[in-house]
Amino acid sequence: MHVLRPLLVVIALVAIVLAIRIFAVPVGFGVYDGGYIYGWYDQSSEEAAKSVEVKYQGREYCQGCHTEQSSKVSSSLHANIQCENCHGPAIKHPSEPPKLTIDTSRDLCLRCHADLPASLSGRSAIKGIDPDNHNPGVNCASCHNPHSPAPGAAK
Amino acid sequence: MVHGELWTLKELFVYPNEYIYWAIQIVMYPFMTGLVAGAFVLSSLYHVFGIKQLKDLAQFALVFSFALLGAAPMPLLFHLQQPERGFNVFLTPHFTSAIAAFGVVFFSYSALVASELWLLYRRHLVEMALKLRHRASKNVSDVFGMVLYNVLTLGSYDIDEEALHKDERAIKVLAAAGIPLALFLHGYAGFIFGSVKANALWMTPLMPVIFICSAIVSGIALCMLTYIVMMEFRKFMASRRRDTLLYRQTHPTVSRAEIGGVEIHVIRMTAKYLLFFLIIAISLEVLDLIFRGYTAVKSWDVLREVIYGKDFASIFILQYGLGNLVPFVLLVIPRLTVRRAILGTALILFGVFMMRWNVVIGGQAFSLSFAGFMHYDLPIIPVDIDTYREGLFGALTILAMPFALFAIFAKIFPVATPELGLSSRASDDRTIPSSVYQRS
Amino acid sequence: MITRREFLKTSLAGAAGAAISLAAIEMVDPGKVLAAAVQPEKNARWAFLIDSTKCVGCGLCVKACKLENGLPFEANISPTWVERYILTNGGELFADSPKAGRDGYTSKRVDLGMGKYQVVDKSDTKKAFFVPKLCNHCENPPCVQVCPVGATYRTPDGVVLVDKSWCIGCGYCIMACPYGARFIDPRTRTAGKCTFCYHRITKGLKTACVQACPFGARQFGNLNDPNDPVAKTIMTQRVVVLKDEYGTKPQAYYLGLSKEVR
Repeated sequence: MHVLRPLLVVIALVAIVLAIRIFAVPVGFGVYDGGYIYGWYDQSSEEAAKSVEVKYQGREYCQGCHTEQSSKVSSSLHANIQCENCHGPAIKHPSEPPKLTIDTSRDLCLRCHADLPASLSGRSAIKGIDPDNHNPGVNCASCHNPHSPAPGAAK
Repeated sequence: MVHGELWTLKELFVYPNEYIYWAIQIVMYPFMTGLVAGAFVLSSLYHVFGIKQLKDLAQFALVFSFALLGAAPMPLLFHLQQPERGFNVFLTPHFTSAIAAFGVVFFSYSALVASELWLLYRRHLVEMALKLRHRASKNVSDVFGMVLYNVLTLGSYDIDEEALHKDERAIKVLAAAGIPLALFLHGYAGFIFGSVKANALWMTPLMPVIFICSAIVSGIALCMLTYIVMMEFRKFMASRRRDTLLYRQTHPTVSRAEIGGVEIHVIRMTAKYLLFFLIIAISLEVLDLIFRGYTAVKSWDVLREVIYGKDFASIFILQYGLGNLVPFVLLVIPRLTVRRAILGTALILFGVFMMRWNVVIGGQAFSLSFAGFMHYDLPIIPVDIDTYREGLFGALTILAMPFALFAIFAKIFPVATPELGLSSRASDDRTIPSSVYQRS
Repeated sequence: MITRREFLKTSLAGAAGAAISLAAIEMVDPGKVLAAAVQPEKNARWAFLIDSTKCVGCGLCVKACKLENGLPFEANISPTWVERYILTNGGELFADSPKAGRDGYTSKRVDLGMGKYQVVDKSDTKKAFFVPKLCNHCENPPCVQVCPVGATYRTPDGVVLVDKSWCIGCGYCIMACPYGARFIDPRTRTAGKCTFCYHRITKGLKTACVQACPFGARQFGNLNDPNDPVAKTIMTQRVVVLKDEYGTKPQAYYLGLSKEVR
């Protein structure tokens, strides 16, 4: 039957795609926990997601060496602020990077201490200033010690 | 700059990660697949339902449908951030995604149209293959043609009466099977949008049906338009050539009819089918609109602002007015002329394009927060690869592609030569009023 | 062919381990600290708890998220973000999230987009609050359902991830997410999103945003652990989820949400 010849071409093409699949599909591909709808994937990509480098190490990591500063902060009003929020991610410090950049900008403090309408937020419980009128242009750290901010007073 | 940021303007409250991620190429994509489906349905009207008047247009539509098929996946490739991984859709298809279905549906549909084309033009392919093979002195293009035609015969050189009869029956079967497949091809393009529950404008079960109807409308319109333009151009060229003395000496037997232009009754007949599908498409779209307004669910406030406010001009003036109402009037007035048909079909194509635009871009004109808007700013001047492929020129490239492909296919498959297709007319001079082809 | 990931054999005392004061260690070897922290939960089902009333809009979580995950800091996308809502006395609602809240909220100017701003004074506000957001890691993630190539998935412990080496960048997942949690990652030109810091939680650490939050507005826990305080809160308190109507079963639970939240 000559009319079936196009069908042979189609079958050949399908066979080629199936053959390519054998080589080109990663071995980890399969149906996992989520079933075909939510769990059709290459399992090795889970490992890729896990292998991302941890950069924020947490205050316990800092405490080991910077004992003095950390104990100072931990007894202050800023006790709940992680070191790395102001000092940047530790990554592998002190080996890499050997020095962390300290953010002493006004903008960092204003994240919490700019007075805003925030009636239903914890923000209203934090002492706030009007950044345009409260010593504009001056770094907060020149008057206030971020490691031991005295309640309601400059240092 | 992140993807989408370049052409998105945000107004009021829009989530930070929201941009118009589906831009001009995703407008082109359903537009092109719609043309494919429509062209195929038009060709099937003759092959399956035996509407004899459409014979010429049917063969033309089938070849054109194949050319459009070649261009249909291109918008997706232009759109993908990783186009070289596009083949992954075939490697690890995830069929719960409407886009994964594309791989299978598109492939089966291409195979079907190619098979039908092969059967339809098999006689021509075999004749050409044999002719070139037996030509005494072959130049390079002859050798190329010989190889091409011999490969295209797929090794079958049987063109006696019985074999050709079998071909005809097979064509009928394929054309019949092709209709649901064509509708499926475009229905699922509608499904891609209609099934996105996160998008208030897209999510409606009517979407696939609306897409199918407007697809058929656009496909028929494009076939009519291209057919008219092509035939008129041929007539123009032929009558110019005929005026030369040399041509008259070398072609003494060419009858007047063979270089005649468009047969107006074919156009009038096709226009009726066009109007029929246009009415269904518009009815469904209006039904959808009324329903949304009446039920007025949570998203309606923002949708109303988009539909009756921000996008009013492009929906009601460009799409419904200029793209639907005006051509409807043009085509429905009795004694349709060629000029009116050209204008009408061109406007219909524009209207369907605007419909795709208003769905794709309009669906991203408001934020998922329902409290903000996004405006699309189409990149015009291509300054880099992204502004080209996701910009005006990328879209124009896609638009030009089916015509380029058609020009190539028309060289292999004689679309409108006296031997095939348009031959029915050549024998009957009287059907053509002399004014059609006589040059004054 | 269901094959389960092999979990390290660790005791359930994992959570307790984190509480050990490392201050006693004289010189800290980062490797040792990490090794000490490696105690992933068995058969975990991760969930997020957000106490919206505690959020002060400092945006330290967004900053930490972007830096931890190595996203270009200036790129205008973010796996997590903080929204501000202000309802005026006149009943008008203003909301914004400039730069995803990365730099915190330091001004009374609300960003209206298109270069327009609206200053709302304290005296003119009826309600004002902040809402942190991130990927909800839905139990029925619509973004995963629509991925044509299986490049995004839900892990056995309930985290929705993207396979950056297989994603074709079609953007369908971005369209399918009702929460606007996804974006195109400018580094890889593939879909990007919050991973619940999968590289951290599988090592027994908290996510970067939870760790960075000074106010406990963001918490993270394991629903399968009956002793997990976060799981307890989710089980026993009045929690809600965002956009419940989509049937996505989000795993980010909220306390103190308001009807104005979109």
